[in-house]
Amino acid sequence: MIDNLKAMIDEAMHRLESVASLEDAENLRVKILGKKGELTEMMKSMKDMAPEQRKEFGAVANEARTRIEKTISDKMDYFRELKKQAEFAAETIDVTEPGIVTPLGAKHLISITIDEISRVFMDMGFSVAEGPEVETVFNNFDALNAGPNHPARDITDTFYITDDVLLRTQTSSVQVRTLLAKKPPIKVIAPGRCFRCDTPDATHSPMFHQVEGLVVGEGITMADLKGVLDSFAKQMFGPDSRTKFRPHHFPFTEPSAEMDVSCFKCGGAGCNICKGSGWIEILGCGMVHPNVLKVGGIDTEKYTGFAFGMGVERIAMLKYGVDDIRLLYENDIRFIRQFK
Amino acid sequence: MLVPVKWLSEYTDIDMPVDQWVDGMVLSGTNLETVEYFDKGISGVVVGKILKIDRHPNADKLVVCSVDVGKDAPVQIVTGASNMKEGDKVAVALDGSHVPGPLHGKPKTEEGETITAGALRGVESYGMMCGCQELGFADKIVPVRDRDGLWILDDESFVPGTPIIEALGMELPAVDFEITPNRPDCLSMLGIARESAATFGKSLRYPETECRKVAPEKSGDYIKVEIRRPDLCKRYCCRVIKDIKIAQSPWWMQRCLMQAGMRPINNIVDITNFVMLEYGQPMHAFDIRTVRGGKIIVDTAKDGDKFTTLDGQERELSDSILMINDEEGPIAIAGIMGGLDSEIEGDTNMVLVESANFLGDSVRASSKKLGLRTEASGRFEKGIDPNLAKDACDRFCYLVELLGAGTVLSGDVDVYPNVEKAQTLKVRASRINHVLGVDIPAEQMAEYFRGLEMQVSLDGDIITVTPPTVRQDLLIEEDYVEEVARMYGYDKLPVTIPRTPDVAGISRKQSVRNAAKDALLGLGFSEFQTYSFVSPKTMDKVRVPEGSFRRQFVKLINPLGEETSVMRTMILPNMLDVLATNYSRKAEAVRGFELGNTFINNGKGDGGILPEEKDALCAACYGPQESFFTLKGAVCEMLAILGIKDVEFSSVTDNATFHPGRCADISAGGKVIGTIGELNPAVTENYDIQTRVYACELDFASLEEMADTTHRYTPLPKYPAMTRDFAMVVAEDVQVGRLMKAIRSHAGELLEDVKLFDVYRGAPILPGSKSVAFSLTYRSSERTLKDAEVSEINEKLLIALKDEFNAILREM
Repeated sequence: MIDNLKAMIDEAMHRLESVASLEDAENLRVKILGKKGELTEMMKSMKDMAPEQRKEFGAVANEARTRIEKTISDKMDYFRELKKQAEFAAETIDVTEPGIVTPLGAKHLISITIDEISRVFMDMGFSVAEGPEVETVFNNFDALNAGPNHPARDITDTFYITDDVLLRTQTSSVQVRTLLAKKPPIKVIAPGRCFRCDTPDATHSPMFHQVEGLVVGEGITMADLKGVLDSFAKQMFGPDSRTKFRPHHFPFTEPSAEMDVSCFKCGGAGCNICKGSGWIEILGCGMVHPNVLKVGGIDTEKYTGFAFGMGVERIAMLKYGVDDIRLLYENDIRFIRQFK
Repeated sequence: MLVPVKWLSEYTDIDMPVDQWVDGMVLSGTNLETVEYFDKGISGVVVGKILKIDRHPNADKLVVCSVDVGKDAPVQIVTGASNMKEGDKVAVALDGSHVPGPLHGKPKTEEGETITAGALRGVESYGMMCGCQELGFADKIVPVRDRDGLWILDDESFVPGTPIIEALGMELPAVDFEITPNRPDCLSMLGIARESAATFGKSLRYPETECRKVAPEKSGDYIKVEIRRPDLCKRYCCRVIKDIKIAQSPWWMQRCLMQAGMRPINNIVDITNFVMLEYGQPMHAFDIRTVRGGKIIVDTAKDGDKFTTLDGQERELSDSILMINDEEGPIAIAGIMGGLDSEIEGDTNMVLVESANFLGDSVRASSKKLGLRTEASGRFEKGIDPNLAKDACDRFCYLVELLGAGTVLSGDVDVYPNVEKAQTLKVRASRINHVLGVDIPAEQMAEYFRGLEMQVSLDGDIITVTPPTVRQDLLIEEDYVEEVARMYGYDKLPVTIPRTPDVAGISRKQSVRNAAKDALLGLGFSEFQTYSFVSPKTMDKVRVPEGSFRRQFVKLINPLGEETSVMRTMILPNMLDVLATNYSRKAEAVRGFELGNTFINNGKGDGGILPEEKDALCAACYGPQESFFTLKGAVCEMLAILGIKDVEFSSVTDNATFHPGRCADISAGGKVIGTIGELNPAVTENYDIQTRVYACELDFASLEEMADTTHRYTPLPKYPAMTRDFAMVVAEDVQVGRLMKAIRSHAGELLEDVKLFDVYRGAPILPGSKSVAFSLTYRSSERTLKDAEVSEINEKLLIALKDEFNAILREM
């Protein structure tokens, strides 16, 4: 009897070796270990055996059962894994194909630049003020201490709507509005559109943008002006930027200055961007002229202030290497998307 | 202001390299434009003396010259020039030399020209004799005599063989300074020298003005002056010179003028220009024969008078134009230009030199009226110190004597009714320090002022200052703050941060704008920026009806052209220009927006004189994926982000800009806030766009008021939702919007959401009808809903829809 068992086991093990699929393995399992399987049937016959014989037979049969179960289970794992691999292979994608996206829109370079400038000044505690593009001659010139014969008033320089109304030539008009509306301390910037009679070419546009700044308070000094604008330059153009203040003239400031920033391309060594000088002119500034403060009814003995103004297009073009101002107003989507 | 450094050093010492000097000038307030070097591109060019001129054996138009170039033997040079004679000295470009060019009859090149020896029509030529332009001098400064031909160097100082730049004395450059309008005094060599002296702590040397020998006759014997308009002519000073000998000026004077950008003409004209550049005082010379009656009368013209200026143009005068007249009529327009008849000519023997001061505003107005601007008028406009007139007049006479150009008569005629006096001011050192944020001792400030030729007295904190009368810009204390600052050095001022209470922030308007922009950018719309001014024809192009408020433009008086002549009343036309540009450049799909000002000509702006400026938003798109609904979806999402409530779309069939079947007014809270639609093909055709374009223009100013971007937490639902989906057939003209509105009102409070999930047309649905499918979500915040109660609500709802819209439920 035991010989029959052993022969059956050897036969079973032999058959297991040639199993070629998950189904084969399952079929074999049923055939050998199932309720009516070969081994199961043999084990059922044990109940009729003598105790001695049953013990030996049982030991062999149980060991065989364990071994066969293990072998089948290994086989099945192997084929399951094989099947999974095949599925993965079938589902493999080309990961280098482009992603699927609904692209974000791109902000206009002018807005990007104004936002950058505004952010720097807001971090220094400035508020953002605004004024209209169509302005009074009073706010744009008279109140800013520009004499009646100031050349900028000329009809060849400034767009007029009537004798008293014009397209503002500078955001400095917002200085006047602010001084008329607020009491010191004042700390504002004013970005916006400006207009001058320039025929469009690579460096001129009849419409352009400026950011104006105004600080008025007790004990505001020219050293403060230098501090704020030097800090602006470092945040806007990089921490290694240096600034140079040169005397200049504006009707609405006294003393007046222009600020140069060390060239952010060459660092000051001289290149085509800075025309070899190492410096780039960035803005005009100065201590607010008492005649301007007086427009706002401000006590010029008690309060002093400084103001500054910069051209947004110029900064954008220098910073991003744009060589023609007309690109900014053409709105070619390929141009705009370069700055997203 | 072009300042030749060599000329300037006549008046003050410049004992440092030019670069360093320029840097110092810039920091003290005289800003640099450019530095012009005259030796650029010149090598191997020397002074030569023409010893002999022979005919060319093979060419009629060429000659063969034997030229002494300072070597052992003369060299042979062939030239086509004809304005030279034996004994003349010229600039010779030797074999292997380099000149900037352009060569005679050739275009100018970037790299210049190399001159080599060679044969010209069979005769060897060892170099080239140069014209002035060939050495790189601009045509406008070439001496008038040598404009066409060789540059004849007839000054004794030129020695054959000397390198040309050294011989010309042009080793030093001319510096072009930017002179700000407050400093007309710096439009002169003496003005710049004054700045230089103060900046570098040097002294200022004034030019000689005293003639050594004058004729016994007096200027006053020949001329009388009467100023009839002392309000327009502050001073009239003149002198008379006899035995005029018109000739070429000596080289040193020509050099000064050329380097300063002026053309040498002849001695009398050159002296006039020289003194003008030196002092900043325009001068004018009259042939005294043409001053009829020996009398100068300064008076305004009469309306309609005619006068021919020396450029040969007849000009019509008016009674505001100040003229120089003699006893019989006008001989010059004061401060602007002389008359043709009184010009100095070859046979002029006696000259009247005028050094006068005319009111800037008057000269400006006359110049504008006549459309005639000259160097002199420009200078008078900017303002000239009347105290300069006599010095300049005397200097002119001194130079006439020095150059042997004539004999100066004694005395002058000087009418100066109101002598301009210096303005004395008291300034506080403490205040200056307070404004600058420094602590400069008062004595140091006084020293700065003295360096600028001011009279100074010091009493504790108070500095009493009297500037020279040329400084017309120093009127108030702040002007002296700047003088101290620039002499101390802006670079030395400390760098501090102001101590002010900060109230940083942006306005509600600005934050709503930012939110809208961010939303649209996120939705794939790129931002455009276009001109605020447009052509009035844009309204025709987008088919805005006649009489619309959008045609009531704010108009420019002086536009650059019709294209930019009115302020925009809407953004759509600008948007279409941009889309058209991109379409013509083959952009397959574009989504864009612009948020900016529009201008409504209603006088609702400041003081009733400014127009109302309203923010408008235009969003538009075209492309294969776009439809009315992609744009509508984006606009709705943006409105949702702005917290705009109760947004409704109602169809509009009579807006000529849009497709009559694909256009809607957008309203919020019952107020129309804009229009959206597919553009009418008639509009897109006007912009040469051959594809469907979808656009929306919103009254953003209203959105700024309505927006509510605050958020509040609502508890998440605790109880499950129940959904009911159904499809029904309705007539084609039953709008989904109306159905949804009805569903919301009939389903009651338990309805949480309704979604349209399908619209179907086609079999088995009969033509003229459509199937619309909705998914309804019911939920209570207090309990779990029972199936039966939801079914009951839904049944009632379906009945209501059947009654109202004849909506037939479809089997799902």
